[in-house]
Amino acid sequence: MVPADPVDGISPPPRLDTDSGGWIRVLSGTGLQREAGLARLHELLLRIARAELQRRSGQFRITGPELDDLAYQAAADALLAIDLKLGQFRGESRFTTWAYKFVIFEVSGKIGRHFWANPAVPMDAEDWDRLPGRLGPDPARETERRELADAVHRAVDEQLTPRQRKVFVAIVLNGVPLDALVAELGSTRNAIYKTMFDARRKLRAALAANGYLDDQTSRHS
Amino acid sequence: MNAWTALDRFLRTDPRDVGCAEAMELLHVYAELAVTDASAAQRYPGIAAHLAACGPCGEDFDGLLAAIRSPAQ
Repeated sequence: MVPADPVDGISPPPRLDTDSGGWIRVLSGTGLQREAGLARLHELLLRIARAELQRRSGQFRITGPELDDLAYQAAADALLAIDLKLGQFRGESRFTTWAYKFVIFEVSGKIGRHFWANPAVPMDAEDWDRLPGRLGPDPARETERRELADAVHRAVDEQLTPRQRKVFVAIVLNGVPLDALVAELGSTRNAIYKTMFDARRKLRAALAANGYLDDQTSRHS
Repeated sequence: MNAWTALDRFLRTDPRDVGCAEAMELLHVYAELAVTDASAAQRYPGIAAHLAACGPCGEDFDGLLAAIRSPAQ
């Protein structure tokens, strides 16, 4: 347990629960008490990073020492980010919940970058026949497969910007995880998601205008 | 569900969706609310809409819930 005694000259922000206040006091302090607090927090972050990597282990092929190495990297990077942003903690949640968020994000980023160690498909490959299967249950009828792939391919060519097209092809056709694309393009999750959001909206409007989809349900359902 | 229905579902967007930046900013608040009472989605409908549509943010949310509920808490 983190000591809750105040460090000289530093008072916790109001409204903090006892445990969160203890963390803030110790981490905002100096000397051995702060070092001990950082070490204790690193232990917690490492435990969460390991658990999170195990929870997501079905998404990638990392095991043993490599997985543990990723956990250490995520915990160390999260600790650094938390230390830098300590002044931004406003007590809207427990301190540990706020801190765990950082290590969860670090794990996501590292899994995204790891994707490129052995990608199954190049991100700019364009096999439009793959589209129906990527959307869910593969339709049995070849005519349905062909009609859907052709309609979406045409709408993508006519409606999307080059950036939207690149993101759509990578994520939808080639199954590149969004966080992997973020790492590859040096972008942010928010920017890639917004690009896909706008692309989805434009494609749906175009397919509806051409009679493939309507406002409520698909023409073919 | 046929392929057209799946496509329709995939292309639909929710205007309440706040995007990744806002969802990530408030994820700790939303997650703690989600484990302590059932009003998280009513209180933050834009975040609920986003977590339902964004795979990576939904995965982070599940991970944060698991961390909050882990035995050492």
